[in-house]
Amino acid sequence: MTYRNSYISNPIEAAPLAVFRVLFGVLMFISIARFWSYGWIDKLYLQPQYFFSYYGFEWVKPMGEFTYLIFLLCGLSTLFIAVGFKYRIAIITFFISFTYIELMDKTTYLNHYYFISALSFLMIFLPANVYFSVDAHRNTKLSFKYVPAWTINSIKLFIILVYFYAGLAKLNSDWLLKALPLKIWLPSKFDIPVLGHFLSLEWVQFSFSWIGVGYDLAIPFLLLYKKTRNFAFVLVVIFHILTRVLFPIGMFPYIMIVSTLIFFDVKIHNNIISIFRKIIRVAKPKFNNEETYAFSNQFLAQLKYVIVGFFFVFQILFPFRYLLYPGELFWTEEGYRFSWRVMLVEKSGYAQFKIVDRESSRWFYVDNTDFLTPFQEKQMAFQPDFILEYAHYLKEHFESQGHKNIGVFVDSQVTLNGRLSTTFVNPKIDLTQEKESFEHKKWIIPFQDEIKGF
Amino acid sequence: MKRFSVITLLISLVWACTSDNAVSDEPAEVSFERGPMLVNWADNIIKPSYESFSENLTTLVNSFETFRADTNVSNLISYRDSWVEAYMSWQTVAMFEIGPAESVDFRFSMNTYPTNTDNINSHLASGEYDLSLSSNRSSKGFPALDYLINGLGDTDDEIVAKYTSTDKEELMMYSEDVLNDMVLLTTQVLDGWNSGYRTTFVENDGSSATASVDRFVNDYIFYFEKFLRAGKMGIPLGVFSGSPLPENVEAFYKADISKDLFLKGLQASQDFFNGKHFSSTVKGESLASYLVNLDTSEDREDLSNVINSQFDKSRELVVALDNFKIEIENNNPATNMLLAYDEVQRLVPLLKTDMVSAMSIGIDFVDADGD
Repeated sequence: MTYRNSYISNPIEAAPLAVFRVLFGVLMFISIARFWSYGWIDKLYLQPQYFFSYYGFEWVKPMGEFTYLIFLLCGLSTLFIAVGFKYRIAIITFFISFTYIELMDKTTYLNHYYFISALSFLMIFLPANVYFSVDAHRNTKLSFKYVPAWTINSIKLFIILVYFYAGLAKLNSDWLLKALPLKIWLPSKFDIPVLGHFLSLEWVQFSFSWIGVGYDLAIPFLLLYKKTRNFAFVLVVIFHILTRVLFPIGMFPYIMIVSTLIFFDVKIHNNIISIFRKIIRVAKPKFNNEETYAFSNQFLAQLKYVIVGFFFVFQILFPFRYLLYPGELFWTEEGYRFSWRVMLVEKSGYAQFKIVDRESSRWFYVDNTDFLTPFQEKQMAFQPDFILEYAHYLKEHFESQGHKNIGVFVDSQVTLNGRLSTTFVNPKIDLTQEKESFEHKKWIIPFQDEIKGF
Repeated sequence: MKRFSVITLLISLVWACTSDNAVSDEPAEVSFERGPMLVNWADNIIKPSYESFSENLTTLVNSFETFRADTNVSNLISYRDSWVEAYMSWQTVAMFEIGPAESVDFRFSMNTYPTNTDNINSHLASGEYDLSLSSNRSSKGFPALDYLINGLGDTDDEIVAKYTSTDKEELMMYSEDVLNDMVLLTTQVLDGWNSGYRTTFVENDGSSATASVDRFVNDYIFYFEKFLRAGKMGIPLGVFSGSPLPENVEAFYKADISKDLFLKGLQASQDFFNGKHFSSTVKGESLASYLVNLDTSEDREDLSNVINSQFDKSRELVVALDNFKIEIENNNPATNMLLAYDEVQRLVPLLKTDMVSAMSIGIDFVDADGD
């Protein structure tokens, strides 16, 4: 019982949660501003004439010029989160707007965007505004020095899951025994100062692979254990800076570095807060009222536990859904997304669609550049759900042009981790007759090789 | 604790530095240098190809001048021969649409077909036109000359009759303007390479999306996919429209060289892939040797062979064909040519998917984050 209490209900200082909230808000603001300033809103959500939807979320689409408003709303909410003003509304707004943005086109899917969505969902249920926030400053009834332990531990647990699952996914024969895909990616970074020279060496590629998987699996525990925590943080910084140098992964390294601060003692967080204070020149610590946050309404408190509980059950089980599908996961990608499978495969494809008008038995090939951006075409060509969705779109398009009784076939080649490309989708299957579902797509031609492991 | 992490950091730094010294002279044999490949491309392939093309163009201009001075059938024939030779030579430079060629819109200016005869006729009638306008891209270059040399009559006598009729001045003037435009653009491109672009090209030997190798490989594949495969075969075959478009073959009025033009382009693409020096059997650093060097998996060493045999197979099937216009007009569907097209098509995923993936080159400039 005491064990349970110390992780769940025991009061602990709220400072780490407050620091987390502030830094999360600031980093998200930078992320949105960066995205906007690069012109990516226009490029990714306004220019394309077609958008790929997640199954069940076909109704989520960009809204033309109004898409900027969604980003504006999302960007504003990050500032409210950072200062802790109207926190609950702000974090809900952020979660909805950010998730909406991610659902608009699955071409842009990134694990770290999903991480942000999931994390912000979790934060809806955390009292991150009870300390060092405008909310607490304005209303002392909302001000508490202590919060139940679970509110901070849940963030830790989520980060642990992300790292550990990312490590598990790397326990496969391509990664460990062939150093793939790093063996493909690293040599092309030969022009990086100092390091670039070594990246084409096989032992370097193997070292990076093994150190990478070791890092992902071990770092959660090194961060948890007090004696190794400082060392672990040094590793976190080195690792993520290195990935930033080697790969185009945007804000993600900084988000992870900042997130791992949550593992540190309250002392460090109090120091960070005094730095914040100096920056914004709020002298008087008004929040140390020795009160513990308690959920006012017993029913709502219980509901929170249930929701957060479900959240974690989902996070633990969902990445393993791939076990329900036959075939090689990296090939079919059935159960690949939302599972922390990061930097695992070098995959590339080519898909040429053939439209057959059954009435006149005329046929022709589609020029994909007529419908898709280069980025969309690239992502579409090796992911079966994209191929199917696009085939249905082509059918609609050409039927609206007067063709009748159309069949859509695809001639596709995919290469995975440096293997010679092979046929990906059965070219004899009329894709218009196939429906998207959570079931296995039987029209994917099985992988011609074997990859062992998770 | 803090001391421990500092010590570990120091140890790893020392380790990093010592290993630096230990192996610093080794990597040369393992890593592929992109710089020498760029030098080979620029000095042994691209520049000599442009120079040779430029000479062929001069010959073409001279033949035209002879025909203009003494307009008869025999001079028409040698003018036409020079045009064919220059057109063949063009196929060896059409893929280099980078740098100076890109900035003068070389490929579209020299070879946009089918040519717009209505536009040409109205230019001839009015005598007022500006060939440098992009709206006139389909009224100039080799396809316009095709019309002017081969399309004005059914026989050479009929064609010569046109050039000696009352329209003589307009026709000669227009031909001269088209030729001058081609010479001007070619001079600009060649001058560009000789006066600095060569250095820019070769020195940009990094691995970003804007580095020479990444950009040029994209351009090369783009040429292969859109201009060689689709332009010369796919579009006339009707594979993108559902019905054959024989009037879209290259050199429509000459009609019997479209296949040769294609084969020349295919050979040039393969030679470039293999780094073969211009008009020589010597091979230098190339995409093929890069692939052999990368050797990223058991399969990988084969990839350059796979690509070369696919080039050979494509050539074999195309060589066996009749001229494209005849194939398309006389057969419905043009089964043999479609089968040949399928083999050419197979090269696209090999280049665009396998090769590019092995070299970790992004297809087109996709500017977004990854994870």
